[in-house]
Amino acid sequence: MHFHSLFQNFGELTVTGLAQGAIYALFALGYTMVYGVLRLINFAHSEVFMVGTFAAVLTWGLFGLDQDSATPSVGAVLLLLLAGFLAAALAAGIMALIVEMVAYRPLRRRNAPPLVFLITAIGASTVISEAVGIGTHRNVSSVPPLIRPSTVVQIGNTSVTNIQILIVGLALVMMVVLDLFIGKTRLGRGVRAVAQDPDSAALMGVNKNRVISLVFLTGGLMAGIAAVMYLLKIGGTRYDAGFHLGIKAFTAAVLGGIGNLRGALLGGLALGLAENYGSGLFGTQWRDVVAFVLLVVILLFRPTGILGESMGRARA
Amino acid sequence: MRRGPVRVAGGLILAAALAAAAAGCNSASSTDSSGTSDKCGLKIAFFGALTGSAANLGVNIEQGAELAIIKYNEEHADCKVEVAKFDSQGTPDNAPALARQLVTDDKVIGVVGPAFSGESVAANPIFEEAGIPLITPSATRPSLSTEKWKVFHRAVANDDAQGPAAALYIKDGLKSQKVFIVDDQTAYGAGLADTVKATLGSLVVGTDKVQADGQQTDFSATVTKIVSSGAESLFYGGYYQNAGLIRKQLTAAGWTGTMVSGDGVKDPGFLTSAGKEAAEGSVMTCPCAPATEAKGSFAADYKAQWNIDPGTYSDVAYDAAGIFLKGIDEGNTTPEKMNEFLGEVTFEGIANTYSFTETGELDPSKLIVWTFKVSSGDIVPDVKAPTS
Repeated sequence: MHFHSLFQNFGELTVTGLAQGAIYALFALGYTMVYGVLRLINFAHSEVFMVGTFAAVLTWGLFGLDQDSATPSVGAVLLLLLAGFLAAALAAGIMALIVEMVAYRPLRRRNAPPLVFLITAIGASTVISEAVGIGTHRNVSSVPPLIRPSTVVQIGNTSVTNIQILIVGLALVMMVVLDLFIGKTRLGRGVRAVAQDPDSAALMGVNKNRVISLVFLTGGLMAGIAAVMYLLKIGGTRYDAGFHLGIKAFTAAVLGGIGNLRGALLGGLALGLAENYGSGLFGTQWRDVVAFVLLVVILLFRPTGILGESMGRARA
Repeated sequence: MRRGPVRVAGGLILAAALAAAAAGCNSASSTDSSGTSDKCGLKIAFFGALTGSAANLGVNIEQGAELAIIKYNEEHADCKVEVAKFDSQGTPDNAPALARQLVTDDKVIGVVGPAFSGESVAANPIFEEAGIPLITPSATRPSLSTEKWKVFHRAVANDDAQGPAAALYIKDGLKSQKVFIVDDQTAYGAGLADTVKATLGSLVVGTDKVQADGQQTDFSATVTKIVSSGAESLFYGGYYQNAGLIRKQLTAAGWTGTMVSGDGVKDPGFLTSAGKEAAEGSVMTCPCAPATEAKGSFAADYKAQWNIDPGTYSDVAYDAAGIFLKGIDEGNTTPEKMNEFLGEVTFEGIANTYSFTETGELDPSKLIVWTFKVSSGDIVPDVKAPTS
């Protein structure tokens, strides 16, 4: 155990852990929303995220940028970031819709048992990831250096960079926007209604299929934004980038309380921090062990996660 | 019941076909046993990654070996040797099943590979049991030669030579006083990093272990430790994709030290993964010589055949296949005879002169280790390291 290493780097580990956690949180929204409405674990969501990362890389490629390009001017960078976020969010959103229409809707129409959905989800995930893997020769696609990391705030030996502020800030903004959307708007009320009781909601004139599509689309959009944050933080992507991250994001959703939007945020940040503190204390090889032990311990005491399952109920 | 007669007829035809095939085999082997055509149709197998995260390293080797076979076949047009490719994707998980598949093919006379150390640990016992001789042009984990596998041969220096060479470079070439060591927990990466660590001794200020390629992409905790340790250089034991991501994330965190790694990182894939700017100045050791050092027209022939410059170990793989081809030419047409041949052979190849010790290691006087450096966005030879 390296207590010295943990204390010495505590600030730095916190900051980088929060940045990673913010990505988990946005990614986890897709799992949690779909589960909240359909009681379905959409394992293909990891591939929705991966498609988002490639959409951004391809978009920047269209502007003639690759990993060896120079950093463009400030104006161009803002434009490129916007283009990247838009492309990734759109591609991921559309991918999520395609998955729902091709893989889930036909099964729903035939009232297939839940296990069938699970297998279809794993199948869809494998198909998408392998197709991209074969197409990219399983190589890393690296991103152009759009943002030069520079220290914005320095507290003691802890430095906070511009990229970290962008990632955490944007994640918080997106969470608030989504929370308001679900809590305050007409469409959001429809989502909550279907989450609470699909049949009654249908009787009240809510179009169930439209709500479900909306939920997949929103989850995809958030995953797309998380995808660009991931690229800025990690520096590259691969056909299987979504796989391990997806397991972590799903863990974050369960940790916070699956079906609960605010739970996804809390779970994501908690997981990011736990991983980094665990890496600091025991060594990085123990990162996943620490993260999952935390999950098990929390579920022992709170089986429904930190905030509980509550997409429809708590704020209906 | 109506299907009965059809089934019986089908069964009879099948049985007849099998009998005919068996007869064919018999007659063929009885006529061949005296002549030279025993050599014909034999296969030399390649075993390693052709797809997967470290595929570039495997493809370099396969293409080198296949080039030797293509050239042999041009000279022996009436009696060709085939190449059989076994794609392990570089993971030890796939290796045992694939090795079992390989040993069922009784035309395979020898294996060029397995390319990596992890898959060697998993597959070599199966080759040993079946008695199929192998020459690995790239698996450098030292303990592979201490397992008492009779079929094992290694055409390059192992990490007991590469590790100290890397450590000496860090100590004397870079003059680092503080070194951080990271490995990816694979048989190759961890083994090499441990050797470097043991040689550097008190210069090591910290260590960490990460997950293998594809299983981890966020290295922020490791980066934090490296930066706060004040290390001037980092040794990374692992493969090129993760090495690139780590280098990129270190640069993003403002670390300006030098990253040193082994032959698993000596691939243009490292430059793609890190970006040339972050990769600049990185150092790799390799128990191989620069492709330009190879004798004859190898580099040009390789480029003409594959439309790409030879990569890490392409030349050694070419020689490894060459050793098997020489064995076939001298009438060693069974795996047992081939293995005896490998124990005695002295083969002058394009990259080195090869003869093997009792344990299957390359003759100690023939070990080669070079260091390479990323300079102006390219991996270029730096110096030939001393080996003892």
